[in-house]
Amino acid sequence: MVSNLSGMTAKSFSPTTDPEIRAELTASVRKWVEREVLPVALALEHADEYPEALVEQMKEMGLFGITVPEEYGGLGLDLLSYIAVIEELAAGWMSLSGVINTHHIAAGLLVTHGTDEQRSSLLPRMVTGEMRGCLSLSEPDAGSDTRNISCRAVRDGDEYVITGTKAWVTNGERAGLVALAARTEEGITCFMVEKDPGVAYGGITVSKNIGKLGYRGLETVEMLYDAHRVPASAVLGGDAGVGKGLAAILSGLEVGRINIAARAVGVARAAFEASIKYAQQRHTFGQPIAAHQAIAHKLADMGTQLQAARLLTEHAARLRAETGRAEVEAGMAKLFASEAALDIATEAMRIHGGVGYTTDLPIERYFRDAPLMIIGEGTNEIQRTVIARGLLKRYAIEE
Amino acid sequence: MNVVVCVKQIPDPAVPGELTSDNRLKRDGAKAILDESDSYGVEMALQLVDKAGSGEVILVSMAPNGEVSGLRQALAMGAARAILISDDALAGADALTTSKVIAKAVERAGGVDLVLAATESSDGYTGTVPAQVAELLGWPSLTFAKHVEIADGKVTIQRQTENGYDVVAASLPAVVSVTAGVVEPRYPSFKGIMAAKSKPLDQVTAADLGLNSISAGQSIVSVDAAPARQAGEKVEDDGTAFERIVTYLEELKVI
Ligand SMILES: Cc1cc2nc3c(=O)[nH]c(=O)nc-3n(C[C@H](O)[C@H](O)[C@H](O)COP(=O)(O)OP(=O)(O)OC[C@H]3O[C@@H](n4cnc5c(N)ncnc54)[C@H](O)[C@@H]3O)c2cc1C
Repeated sequence: MVSNLSGMTAKSFSPTTDPEIRAELTASVRKWVEREVLPVALALEHADEYPEALVEQMKEMGLFGITVPEEYGGLGLDLLSYIAVIEELAAGWMSLSGVINTHHIAAGLLVTHGTDEQRSSLLPRMVTGEMRGCLSLSEPDAGSDTRNISCRAVRDGDEYVITGTKAWVTNGERAGLVALAARTEEGITCFMVEKDPGVAYGGITVSKNIGKLGYRGLETVEMLYDAHRVPASAVLGGDAGVGKGLAAILSGLEVGRINIAARAVGVARAAFEASIKYAQQRHTFGQPIAAHQAIAHKLADMGTQLQAARLLTEHAARLRAETGRAEVEAGMAKLFASEAALDIATEAMRIHGGVGYTTDLPIERYFRDAPLMIIGEGTNEIQRTVIARGLLKRYAIEE
Repeated sequence: MNVVVCVKQIPDPAVPGELTSDNRLKRDGAKAILDESDSYGVEMALQLVDKAGSGEVILVSMAPNGEVSGLRQALAMGAARAILISDDALAGADALTTSKVIAKAVERAGGVDLVLAATESSDGYTGTVPAQVAELLGWPSLTFAKHVEIADGKVTIQRQTENGYDVVAASLPAVVSVTAGVVEPRYPSFKGIMAAKSKPLDQVTAADLGLNSISAGQSIVSVDAAPARQAGEKVEDDGTAFERIVTYLEELKVI
């Protein structure tokens, strides 16, 4: 009897991955994290050293093409698979999830808004990790206030000339492709700027590597554009995309927020699991500290928050995959999961007592990594604004 | 070059094991996993076939209940296809019965140049199957290989010994058992994991292999718990504890 183990559903533009495959992929990332990441994460993070070897392995596993459709050489996996992978990476070392986050936002922008030519020329290079993507929206004076960006792109024949300062570009130096928001006459336009990895290319200079509390090991940089020239064909979506960049990027950021929520779940899980183990090992006053009600109740709250965070995140991912939009739900997941991660990391510190404060354990890292998620990809204050606006629209009363 | 790798799918050692009423390890609970010792053979086989430039890696596994989880892991690493022998008649099979089944499966695979196996499985530890398979096939048996090389129709191995290694060679086809750590098993790529599901799986019974009157060949009379580890000796240091340590190490003949 020759049979076939296949049960894969046909891939569509918005695919559904066989849950069994999803579980196998997740388990393989978890095993990789346990064996390759955990033994080195502490040292690399403290040294703020780029995890070159780990990133090479991530490329080999295929993590740079997870959500890109198969026709471009990607894996065409669904958003639920993506967040499961992100959670595993973040539970090991949050920075690793950052290595692929803005890469996937840039790839996602191409998939949803790129021209055929842009897709077929860029995506096959991106899925292997040979060309790394990043997202450059924020500026020193435009973070939450995205409409305030001042980076300019002026049309000159077949080209655009870009001038301005961009801040907070994660992966900016190593990227070969920048999804760049710049102001054109018609409004904010997204340019897919190709460059060589490194500190200088054409009119682009990496002017500063930003020092960070956590999220270390990978670069977040400031980039200067001094009359940098790009072909007009670099406009995301071609001529039709001119002036429509902000809407495209904000929609892409929805996936970014779901990613941030999944990262928060990963960090929260790591902090929770370390705590519930330690609480059974550490004895005071003749019993494990987990037997003290004060500690047991912390564990109960942490476990509950973690579970709620994961379910909100999965729900947002499912909704986005099914309907294409999940503004409110992605915001809710990001808001709740990031606050949960911050709480859980703090409680983990309390439960571990003095050793939690040392650099021998990863607890202090969780504590430093967690705050990024309340700020990045739209602060939680902004999330609340977005959620409230969406809810008020949904529940609007007739007057 | 075609290489068969014998892979065992074992209960996950992370999950506490349970015995059946006839003293066998319960194998119908949680998903089985690929025996870690076999992942080295799989990696070795993939590298050898890659180097040879043609041929394929074929997995052979005997497991109850049509178990495929462990096979999938090896297929995800890059093996081309698998033969799974699953048959209630083989429940509790001893090493010789297992070897008979595997030898027949190797013949079924066809055109095989080399069979790789681990030196022993992580759940059974008899360590006799590779040599028995070789004998049944009438092929040379090379054991404890920590390095394997194929050239000019010959296999040459470095056979691990207590103080180093012996170089042993044989003509192909041959059966080689490889030690853990012989190579670094690759992490399956996501593409590999996804492709594994649709790779050919040939599921057969003992009768399909022409083994008509086969039985387990053994029964397990009783199982005793392994003796608990003895408490070590505590030495309070009164300034001369080092002497006790030196004596202890001398007794062990380490110094
Ligand atoms: C480590 C790191 C990596 C980053 N990576 C990237 C990247 O790769 N690409 C990228 O484009 N950006 C990136 N960012 C930028 C990030 O998205 C912004 O920092 C974030 O959106 C906040 O903007 P801001 O820092 O300018 O804060 P501000 O906008 O100045 O906010 C300051 C405070 O005011 C509050 N606030 C502002 N406006 C309102 C309002 N209307 N109502 C209520 N409260 C308000 C904020 O919530 C916050 O508490 C990164 C940031 C960090 C820290």
